[in-house]
Amino acid sequence: MSQSTPPGTTRVQGTGATGARTTRTFEYAPGEVDRDDPLHGEFMELNMGPQHPATHGVLRIKVVLDGENMVEVEPVIGYLHRGKEKTCESLGWRKFFVHTDRLDYVQPLMNNCAYAMALEKLGGIPVPERGQTIRVLLMELSRVMAHLIYLGTTSIDLGAVTMFFFTFSERERIYTLLDAYTGHRMNNTYVRIGGMYADIEPEVAREVRKWLDQFPAKIDEFEAMLTGNRIWFDRNRNIGILTVDQCKEWSLTGPNLRAAGMEWDLRKKQPYSGYEHYDFEVPIGTIGDCYDRYAVRVEEMRQSVRICQQALDRLEKTRGAEFISDDRRYVLPPKGLVHSSMEELIHQFKIVTDMALPKGEAYHATESSKGELGFFVASDGTSHPLRCHIRAPGLMNVQAIPVLAEGRLFSDMVSIIGSLDFVMGEVDR
Amino acid sequence: MNTVGLTVGLTAERIASALGGIAHESMTMRDGCPSYRIAPEQVIAVMTALRDRAGFDTNVFVTAIDRFPEEPRFTVAWAFLSTTHNDRVRVYTRIPGENPAVATITGLWPGTAYSERECFDMFGIDFVGHTGLKRLLMPDGYDHFPLRKDFPHQGIEPDRLYREWDQRRRDRSPLRSESQA
Repeated sequence: MSQSTPPGTTRVQGTGATGARTTRTFEYAPGEVDRDDPLHGEFMELNMGPQHPATHGVLRIKVVLDGENMVEVEPVIGYLHRGKEKTCESLGWRKFFVHTDRLDYVQPLMNNCAYAMALEKLGGIPVPERGQTIRVLLMELSRVMAHLIYLGTTSIDLGAVTMFFFTFSERERIYTLLDAYTGHRMNNTYVRIGGMYADIEPEVAREVRKWLDQFPAKIDEFEAMLTGNRIWFDRNRNIGILTVDQCKEWSLTGPNLRAAGMEWDLRKKQPYSGYEHYDFEVPIGTIGDCYDRYAVRVEEMRQSVRICQQALDRLEKTRGAEFISDDRRYVLPPKGLVHSSMEELIHQFKIVTDMALPKGEAYHATESSKGELGFFVASDGTSHPLRCHIRAPGLMNVQAIPVLAEGRLFSDMVSIIGSLDFVMGEVDR
Repeated sequence: MNTVGLTVGLTAERIASALGGIAHESMTMRDGCPSYRIAPEQVIAVMTALRDRAGFDTNVFVTAIDRFPEEPRFTVAWAFLSTTHNDRVRVYTRIPGENPAVATITGLWPGTAYSERECFDMFGIDFVGHTGLKRLLMPDGYDHFPLRKDFPHQGIEPDRLYREWDQRRRDRSPLRSESQA
């Protein structure tokens, strides 16, 4: 580095996230060796990923190490970039639904709902109450699914291999329920503009309730494995501390913000899909470390179970009611009518070939399992979007890795990556 | 509902008093979110006022819209969230297609760094003052801006970078040097 700096102190720009970060003082610059100090060797640049199992997808992290200390951390993303936003522009509004599944692929129905709600806001399309209730049920099941993935993968990275099988067997049960309802285990694409593709059968609802009844006991099992576990505690407590102010600066939302101690949940603050009618609590952390983020997510699963049970109660009350809007500008007519009515056939043809949304712009934010998931949609009044921007919470979570990791031990990296919780499909889009 | 209209009115009032003398034009959006169009030179002044005087503490996204072949071609959009007042705002500015540039707000919200990088990557918009402005999702060395309207969906020379990389790998191969020796 430059000659003017006194020996032993060299300024290194922490370029990890922005390059615009505050300059930090480290003892040596990368590549420099202090030959008099036997404890300091040369800086090492280490590539973690893109095929590292603990990076939860194709994330690459360039780490500059001084011994075991991370001096500089820079996430490199884009390995899973498939150009979803461009695809949306060329496919049109309706056909993009299948692509939303592949964004955060551990919770496809949550993405479906978020996209549908943005389009409904743009078009001013009302959703019948039963459709909203089914959505709430599916969104909460998705949240549990995503949190189970978080719990399983993070704990296997930190050595608790059994947890992985515990959480994945529970996840498999949710898959079976979704299979019974939608006909697919993953990538369901069951949400439509104006409501749902199909109603939920009473038998399926019964099965969901059966699963919900036994799930809290499973959460107790998870907690018995981890919450009081000395290794889990030591590897997560006081690691990767995020304050509320930092969360706001770095656009972090969702469980990461709540773990820092701020009660901010869009389901409570800016409710959608009738969340204001459900009785649930918002768990918050105290200091915002990896352990708090774990605790918040575990408690969120319990609250999701409560919401699911209330949603099932509401579904029982509204049995037989409409679950999709009958606005024929945007919603396909029932197949039986298409074969018998000329008008419905024309509607079907128009919707499939060139369904246009009104000119204008809209943004709808939902509380996804990772944070604020939103779709910013701009229409020029034609059948193809002018712009569809996906506000992915995972991108912000990846961005925060250097903030938490720089200056800490390399072994903390795995806890930090795991606890921030992101899925590369959503980060790279 | 009446209360929604009331809240939006209060937000607009708060923003208007925060912006004070800075020229801004109010826009009506389909989702009812208070939205303003400002001049590109005013970005820093407006964002500072929004953060410090109107209480918008979180940046939600930074993105752009390409209105090719209209001029000015690009609309840059910022969205902010106030966790204290529980409301949102969007700010727009329009910049020309020739050397599109706008000031960075990473000085105010460091968390906009990735959003701005993505916007640069996809549209080629220069965020002046951003110290780490480089490609985020596309590989380094890529020459095009994929989300521009004149970029075809099939891509332009999608395998060029791979071919170059493959050629370099072949050049470095020890088998090659042995055969040449």
